[in-house]
Amino acid sequence: MSRPVTPSQTIGPFFHRALLHEGWNDLAARGAAGERVAIEGRVLDGDGAPVGDAMVEIWQANAAGRYEHSEDRRENRPLDPNFHGFGRTATGPDGRFRLRTIKPGPVPGIGGTPQAPHINVSIFARGLLKRLVTRIYFPGEPLNGTDPLLSAMPAARRATLIARVAEGGAAERVLHFDIVLQGDNETVFLDV
Amino acid sequence: MNTLLGYRRIAEGIDPPYDHGAYVSTHRRAPKRPLVQIAHTLSEITGPRLGAEMVGAGDTDLTRFAGGEALGERIVVTGRVLDEDGRAISNALVEIWQANSAGRYAHDVDRHDAPLDPHFSGVGRVATGADGVYRLATIKPAAYPWKNHYNAWRPQHIHFSLFGPSFATRLITQMYFPGDPLLKLDPIYQSVPDPAARERLVCAFDIEATVPERALGYRFDIVLRGRSATPLEGDAKGGVR
Repeated sequence: MSRPVTPSQTIGPFFHRALLHEGWNDLAARGAAGERVAIEGRVLDGDGAPVGDAMVEIWQANAAGRYEHSEDRRENRPLDPNFHGFGRTATGPDGRFRLRTIKPGPVPGIGGTPQAPHINVSIFARGLLKRLVTRIYFPGEPLNGTDPLLSAMPAARRATLIARVAEGGAAERVLHFDIVLQGDNETVFLDV
Repeated sequence: MNTLLGYRRIAEGIDPPYDHGAYVSTHRRAPKRPLVQIAHTLSEITGPRLGAEMVGAGDTDLTRFAGGEALGERIVVTGRVLDEDGRAISNALVEIWQANSAGRYAHDVDRHDAPLDPHFSGVGRVATGADGVYRLATIKPAAYPWKNHYNAWRPQHIHFSLFGPSFATRLITQMYFPGDPLLKLDPIYQSVPDPAARERLVCAFDIEATVPERALGYRFDIVLRGRSATPLEGDAKGGVR
């Protein structure tokens, strides 16, 4: 029997106690394999003002490029018992968020073209009646040049999808990724 | 790989637009450029599978908290989580949050001058069973004022967050109550273009779900996107349309 889908509504400003859980902003905490990265950034509105009540979720493959999900059946890419691929955090009053994770391996795209390593991102906030979706790509990746999404973008738009190298600590690479909801440097958002 | 299917696109008129003039917070937060539609890959058809392991004792019953009974009208909210083909989505986490029976959230940002209830957290969590059914006991939330426009009031509502089987099926929405006179004045509810889709956000009173001597029952089914008929490998255009 066919059933029509339920519409989306805004997350509103009061989600924190319900949706934020200790440790969900650190995907690498349990000894996951792979290169550790911290991703820091701000969510900004059309005036360049910080969005202090956004929720940011990420979903990604492990270091071998395998998603922990029953539909990724590629046995030659091992699962990592210490990495599950999902994270969630919220922005502070200054619009900043920070996540720790590992760099994912490449995953196949349509027609077998490899997709460059990327992190899938959902953004929810008061004033967003449905989520925004984008991707975080990694700077200096050879596969960025042939990634189907990146290579279909004009250069200026493509740049909004690639994290920038930030001042790092010794223990891990720190990347910077701003999410600009509106305006001249508006992030590329995806219709999935 | 050839058997993997993407998800159907959501039909026009169901989801709200990003820029909705009557809802002031959209003005500086809605993207101005068109979204880039992408064909589904493993990145979209996989997703976190959160379920019963996330649900602790007491998470499905919000009528008792911190050693006491919450004030207000007790209700049961129950329904099925399905896909567009009517297939049950089992062991799926449903997270909810809501104002108390005075219209106040237990949240630092809520400055509404209405009492907090020390015995109501407004936060719940449940996983669907094998048949896609979930059931929560809570208190009916009250309407509350907000600053969107002069004399603006949110209708009574409960926030729902679900993942479903994939990144593509992620949904956050709000459930409303039948007969609420504020619905026709609420820019958030009214942001759903199709009236029939809007009405799917309103639960239905259900005597079958009503618990004698305890709580009124309301039914609220949630339908997530179904699978498309086209295999992932079927798109020869290289992944971006």
